[in-house]
Amino acid sequence: MRNYEVNFIVDSVLSGDEINATAQTYFDMLTSNEATIVDKGEMGLRQLAYPIKGRTTGVYFCTEFQVPSGAIIAQLELALRRDERIMRFLSVKLDKFGVKYNDDKRNGLIGKKKDKVKSEIKKEVAAEKKATPAKKADAPAKAAPAPVAKAEEEE
Amino acid sequence: MASRDDIKFLSNPNIGQDRKKYCRFKKFGIKHIDYKDPDFLLQFINEQGKILPRRITGNSLKYQRKMSTAVKRARHLAILPYVTDLLK
Repeated sequence: MRNYEVNFIVDSVLSGDEINATAQTYFDMLTSNEATIVDKGEMGLRQLAYPIKGRTTGVYFCTEFQVPSGAIIAQLELALRRDERIMRFLSVKLDKFGVKYNDDKRNGLIGKKKDKVKSEIKKEVAAEKKATPAKKADAPAKAAPAPVAKAEEEE
Repeated sequence: MASRDDIKFLSNPNIGQDRKKYCRFKKFGIKHIDYKDPDFLLQFINEQGKILPRRITGNSLKYQRKMSTAVKRARHLAILPYVTDLLK
């Protein structure tokens, strides 16, 4: 099995239904050719970094799929090239790292990883503070937990 | 003998000692570079949208190559500009 990722930009002048219908034709084309679509990523309306065919915005689609052979790519690219509603397209073969990256991205592991780890550490620290208030009282440098600990000791 | 602490420097001697460059992909174990992520790729291009050389980015050859492919793909998809000014 091979993993591919096909991106295309649909003309933003079309109506919402037409845009979805355009994308759907390609999804149908894939599924009818034994491809299993892993992700129909719609990135939505985005500003283009430079104008293409006089347009400054485009609707981005990024679909990831698995196929037994790469023969379908040529067919798909030909269809995309002939389609006037498609402004740009790019098909990329994914290696195992790319597949893993996309998987992680869908599961929300990428991008917010640092924040997650930080918040977990904070929670752990907070739990420790609650568990051992006597220890914190010994360290005068940490002003915030100290009075709480003292109050507990007085009780 | 005067030790190094006794010497008075006209300027801070620590200025100009560049930190050692490293490949961030190797250091942080990044295996795949996403061409759809312009914010990340912005770190490797200059204000005009040109790809920075390895001697500045510090990337290893393997990941410099992957990074430059990613930037080129992003340019094709109009995620990054080919030519520009004041990108950053």
